[in-house]
Amino acid sequence: MNFTNEEILETVGMIAEDKLDIRTVTLGLSLLDCSDPDPAACARKVREKILVKGANLSQEADFISDEYGLPIVNKRISLTPISLVVPVADAAAFVEVAGAVDKAAEEIGVDFVGGYTAMIQKGQTAIDRSMIAAMPEVLAETKRFCASVVLASTKAGINMDGCYTMSRVVKDTARRTADDDGIGCAKLVLFANPVEDNPFMAGAYYGAGESESEILVGVSGPGAVRRALEELGTDADLGEVAEAIKKTAFKITRAGELVGKKIAEQLGVSFGNLDLSLAPTPAEGDSVGQILETIGLAMPGAPGSTAALMLLNDAVKKGGLFASSSVGGLSGAFIPVSEDASMIRAAKAGAITIEKLEAMTSVCSVGLDMIAVPGSTSAETLAAIIADEMAIGCANTKTTAVRIIPAPGKEVGDFVYFGGLLGEAPVMAVSQVSADIFVKRGGRIPAPLQSLKN
Amino acid sequence: MGKNKKRIVVTVIGKDEVGIVAKVATSLAESNVNLIDINQKILGDEIFAMTLLADRNNSSLSLNEITAGIKASVKNMSLEVTVQDSEVFQYMHRV
Repeated sequence: MNFTNEEILETVGMIAEDKLDIRTVTLGLSLLDCSDPDPAACARKVREKILVKGANLSQEADFISDEYGLPIVNKRISLTPISLVVPVADAAAFVEVAGAVDKAAEEIGVDFVGGYTAMIQKGQTAIDRSMIAAMPEVLAETKRFCASVVLASTKAGINMDGCYTMSRVVKDTARRTADDDGIGCAKLVLFANPVEDNPFMAGAYYGAGESESEILVGVSGPGAVRRALEELGTDADLGEVAEAIKKTAFKITRAGELVGKKIAEQLGVSFGNLDLSLAPTPAEGDSVGQILETIGLAMPGAPGSTAALMLLNDAVKKGGLFASSSVGGLSGAFIPVSEDASMIRAAKAGAITIEKLEAMTSVCSVGLDMIAVPGSTSAETLAAIIADEMAIGCANTKTTAVRIIPAPGKEVGDFVYFGGLLGEAPVMAVSQVSADIFVKRGGRIPAPLQSLKN
Repeated sequence: MGKNKKRIVVTVIGKDEVGIVAKVATSLAESNVNLIDINQKILGDEIFAMTLLADRNNSSLSLNEITAGIKASVKNMSLEVTVQDSEVFQYMHRV
């Protein structure tokens, strides 16, 4: 046989027991040819393009999933930022086009669509303003369409007016989806230095520099990494730990590469890239926090968490880069709170705080993710939290993001429940020290120096 | 149908009983799938583990249909059956 029994059983075990899966097959789709100043015409063109290009996505993904025995959890579409597609400064036009996107996605059986996106790291156009004004309504009224806003970049600095605007949008969105614990905010990501070919939601969009259409694959497997580390035992030193993570990341990446290539082939589009990210789900064992526990921390958030996470994130990239020539997207370890059983436990026990999470995001992908805070948190405090996270991205030339849920009517210790991949989370404490004057100054924090880096 | 037909790896794991290999092999023969290699052992006292490589180029059935056939042949036994295109192992375990 070409393979040993052990190799086959390892792969089968990774899938059956360790929940190795292809988290998402995302079709990147350019909408640049759908632009039209008439909202109804724009909505029609967008809808038709999604229906035609995405018609076979779900079916082909299922076929490949069966052939290789690799579960594909989600099928998604990422679109050209809608702020570049709807050429009118009219909030109602954005609501109309977003509704068409959501409906088209439902018709072809796609789980999520990304691209309700604006890039305002340096400033806003009139179109951006209308698009953002419509955002709370779009997030409340659509099910699948995810939003993102770029607020900062290493080259532009931080748009503090944008941070303040978006903190109010976050609060408004939470209010409009109060019956579901503010779930609208789970579909809204605020970015510094985003990548334009990320297949993961809620932050996926298909950048203006991308081709007409391509397949982006997000692969995940925190359970497989944890298993490899458990087998290593507690005596192995951290060099050996890194080595074991690299080897597992290599295998996971290869599985994703195979699936991506095959689906692209079936759909007749090019294979764009593979995003190797350890993305947890609420399922027990499918957890990045548990990897940190296996490395030797009683809970994520313990002293040493930042160092352990740096090791993990770096080893994942090193293993993945050798396994595929198409590694792109975010490619790192995600630490969303509500989507990770171990992080939920740590947050509940008070082992992890927003401040520690912020430190951890300086060494991993992607940011303050799926964090529930009291609904009474002020827009100024939210803006300051957002700005802090943007600063980490700007200064370190990396992607960072904020996806925060000021849960209406909830206080510290309460729980919010989103269900599915979004999970549940304890409401975490927010510092009560005011940053009001800082936030209200507005303006732009200049781009950070890229030399003399100490 | 007709897409990428080639080799499959069948994995059967579960409680050991008399006749598992025979039943699986018979089902493959009925699907016109040709057995190339087979590994079978008992792990511990009673866990049956078998991996099997086979050629499905001459089978008119889809991978799902082949899988359904095998599962039906051992349906009253406590076994997990997985059937995958062998390329996945090639990708994951060979550089």
